[in-house]
Amino acid sequence: MGSELQDIWAFLAESPLLGLTATLVAFSAGQWLWRRLGRSPLVHPVLLAIALLIAFLAATGTDYETYFEGAQFVHFLLGPATVALAVPLFDQLPRIREQLLPIAAAVVLGSVSAALSAVLIGAALGASRETLLSLAPKSVTSPIAMGITERLGGLPSLTAGLVLITGALGCLLAPLVFRLLRIRDEAAQGLALGLTAHGFGTAQAFGIGPLAGAFAGLGLGLAGLVTALLAPLLAPLLGG
Amino acid sequence: MLNGLTLLLTYQLLGELLARLLGLPLPGPVVGLVLLFASLVALGRVPEGLRSAANGLLRYLALLFVPAGVGIMVHYTRLEADAGAIGAALVVSTALALAVTAAAFQRASAGRRRRVAEQEHPHGE
Repeated sequence: MGSELQDIWAFLAESPLLGLTATLVAFSAGQWLWRRLGRSPLVHPVLLAIALLIAFLAATGTDYETYFEGAQFVHFLLGPATVALAVPLFDQLPRIREQLLPIAAAVVLGSVSAALSAVLIGAALGASRETLLSLAPKSVTSPIAMGITERLGGLPSLTAGLVLITGALGCLLAPLVFRLLRIRDEAAQGLALGLTAHGFGTAQAFGIGPLAGAFAGLGLGLAGLVTALLAPLLAPLLGG
Repeated sequence: MLNGLTLLLTYQLLGELLARLLGLPLPGPVVGLVLLFASLVALGRVPEGLRSAANGLLRYLALLFVPAGVGIMVHYTRLEADAGAIGAALVVSTALALAVTAAAFQRASAGRRRRVAEQEHPHGE
């Protein structure tokens, strides 16, 4: 009986079905757990799902490569999802035209300060070069951020984790920052949330209101573009 | 929906091709995003199939982050070694980016509204 179970496990552990199913189950469980915790801003459902999966993989002794054999089917969809961001961006075209200069100024200043401050603080505190390159695009939505890190020569999977932590942090810090600086403009709040905390921030901005949500989508998309264009200029500064 | 997904994949493929052919510093899907955005601006509307495919993917965007996020387990030793630096960098730069973006936009857009108001009411109402 014991060896039979072991045979079944050996089969399942090698099949992509397990990684794929585990990802979807953990995602649903993360959502459920988060609601049970009273939708606390201190934890994010996606971070809960990741923690559950890491615990599961560690408990069953499965390595990341084996898990990814199955999970890659979900991961692959990040590419078309990035392309799909063109649709909400197009929906906001009239607002973009109206506020072109304020948006451009805020997005360039915000993206540069996000990437530059992260790399400078990391460097000052002695982080390794690969960590620094993986830190640079941490405010950008992960499909774009991982592409940027790959181009820079950092570690895309490290970036993915840092991006998620940044998203959760941004949602936590935004209300404090807005209150301190007396930012009451809904469009300004949305733009900042989307630019700094990508998809997580955009979801939070839609909770403030539809205008904030629309500007968050805009901030997310434009931050991705600006950072992708400017990040390659950062790499030589870190000594290639 | 299927046509929409085909369109998204086609634009991603075009983006990858263009990024490699021209040696662009942008990831292929980002080039695909720009190409699709330009096409939509030229077309003036979003085709129905494309909208439903895009909405479907973007509604579950958070799920798509999970497999890569689990990859952080591979970097456990690096995270432990650089934990202080990474933590400080993330907290400070996130707060700074929020502040800079929101303040810059609020100031620039208030200045712009003042100028528009002055042009409409040149005698300073």
